[in-house]
Amino acid sequence: MTCLFIIQEGSFGINMKPGFLPIYKRDMRRFFRFKHQLLSSFLQPVLWLAFFGMAMAGNFDRIMGSNGSIHGVMEVSYLTFMCAGIIGATILFTNIFGGFFLLFDKNWGILREIMASPLPRRNIIIGIGCAAITKSWIQSVTILVFGMILGVTFFVGMSPLRIIISVIGFLLFVAAFATAFLCISLTIALRIDSPEGFQGISSLLTMPLFFLSNSLYPLEGLPPLMGTIALLNPLTHLITGIRYCTIGEHFSSIGMEVMYNSTEVLFSFLYLAIFALVMFTITLKTVEKVEIT
Amino acid sequence: MPQDEPVILKVEHLSHSYGDVHAVRDISFTVKKGEFFSFLGPNGAGKSTAINVLITLLPLQHGEVSIAGFNLRTEREQVRRSIGIVFQEITLDRDMTVSETLEFHGDIYGLDSNLCRDRTRELLELVKLEDKVSAYIKELSGGMKRRLEIARGLMTRPKLLFLDEPTIGLDPQTRRKTWEYLRSVNAEGTTIFLTTHYMDEADELSDQIAIIDHGKIIATGTPASLKNSLGEDIIYLETTDNLAAIKVLMTIPGVKKVQSSGSRITLLSGTDGTHLLPRIIETLTGHSISVQAVNLKKPNMDDVFIHYTGRELRD
Repeated sequence: MTCLFIIQEGSFGINMKPGFLPIYKRDMRRFFRFKHQLLSSFLQPVLWLAFFGMAMAGNFDRIMGSNGSIHGVMEVSYLTFMCAGIIGATILFTNIFGGFFLLFDKNWGILREIMASPLPRRNIIIGIGCAAITKSWIQSVTILVFGMILGVTFFVGMSPLRIIISVIGFLLFVAAFATAFLCISLTIALRIDSPEGFQGISSLLTMPLFFLSNSLYPLEGLPPLMGTIALLNPLTHLITGIRYCTIGEHFSSIGMEVMYNSTEVLFSFLYLAIFALVMFTITLKTVEKVEIT
Repeated sequence: MPQDEPVILKVEHLSHSYGDVHAVRDISFTVKKGEFFSFLGPNGAGKSTAINVLITLLPLQHGEVSIAGFNLRTEREQVRRSIGIVFQEITLDRDMTVSETLEFHGDIYGLDSNLCRDRTRELLELVKLEDKVSAYIKELSGGMKRRLEIARGLMTRPKLLFLDEPTIGLDPQTRRKTWEYLRSVNAEGTTIFLTTHYMDEADELSDQIAIIDHGKIIATGTPASLKNSLGEDIIYLETTDNLAAIKVLMTIPGVKKVQSSGSRITLLSGTDGTHLLPRIIETLTGHSISVQAVNLKKPNMDDVFIHYTGRELRD
């Protein structure tokens, strides 16, 4: 999201400084070029929803029986609850592995060409960052739509204007989170040389981030220590934002009441935005320093 | 103005080290506009480090460099716009097409897209890849990839084209072809700076050669002058008593230098070796040393290299 504020320096005329668009263009081209990768990146979250979501929803219904609903509170299905979590987790996975191809460009590819060109190094990061936001938007909206086809009940009782505002809010949350985790991934890729090492670190990060969050269950049901750690987890704040935007501020699911007030949600957004800004700054510093020969 | 400068690259007292390892030690040289200049040296001699400093991939630690009239320390941006680069390793994205590769290069140099299209067509013709415009890089052969990289290096019409070991790993025919392209690029007015560890390559292509070893330039000159500096001919001798023979040989007029190398004696002649040789054999026989084998040849770049570095090429 940080990149939205940086104006491109101009892309025509030979004496202009090249902006981030060449990098953005190449990245998007690659995104649509690898059809298998593209398909699996959409299919995987949808399969999670379809299998895990449906199965768990069925089980919860049996366990809870008729005790699931809380009087006077809007009740949403587990599938609806979990869909927000799956969107969040997908954005996490996509971006934390997003630096992988930079590692290849660095070790065996065209990063040398770029580094020796007049293109300012920060534009490499801005270009990849904007592409990551675009991809994350495409992915999250796709899962949202597929989810709704599968029976997810988002935007219930919202006016058209409220829906538009909600979608914008949703996209802003996704952008901030995507920027932060892409930058983490890029920093790892710039500092590490082996693909195995990169995979190892990234996988190590994703597992606790995914399970120590509110992606699959409300925080209210977690043991106190896990709950506290989960509050520090950026993924929790992303999913809070997504649920607030898509479901609402007060609802219950699997027998637990969830309530968000707008201050809390604003805090979550600022938390993500500041985190993104810090990671972005670290990545810029890293790319300025790195020596590639 | 930089355009009228006859010297396009001027390097003074350039040094570069990685921690305690001194890769380049105090080298100075100049390259004139339009010249074909080669850095010849074994692997690990410091060629790549030097070239990486010049193309701005490594910082300039010590020394002063001016490229196309721009100061490498303070005007890195302008330097980048004045040069083209062909890297040692293939640096192409295998999943891009030939035209996308050149388009991307134009983009990151801020080239106007119309200009970019025109030059793509022009340069692909030059390197005979015009029928591969929409082919993916992964479909190209090694030689084609190299040619594409040469075309890419020329996209911005650089004043100076750097090539770091451009024919490494290519088969002999493809090497020869690549030389032809480089010669025609040079003939069209682009100054070329090339590093290589192939003697024949440096000999064949260059106007000027600098031999570099252990981070230092140990000899510079035209291929002919470097070869001449060794003398007229090289004579190899095997005798019954090499040690005694060397002493005798030093006294013969016309003998420039004598050195023992293994079981044989290498002798550099200052005059025509074919006339010197009978005199040598006669004199040695007079000292009751008999000559067992003899060989005479004109010095080539290998000999120049071994003469100056004192060793065979190593990895």
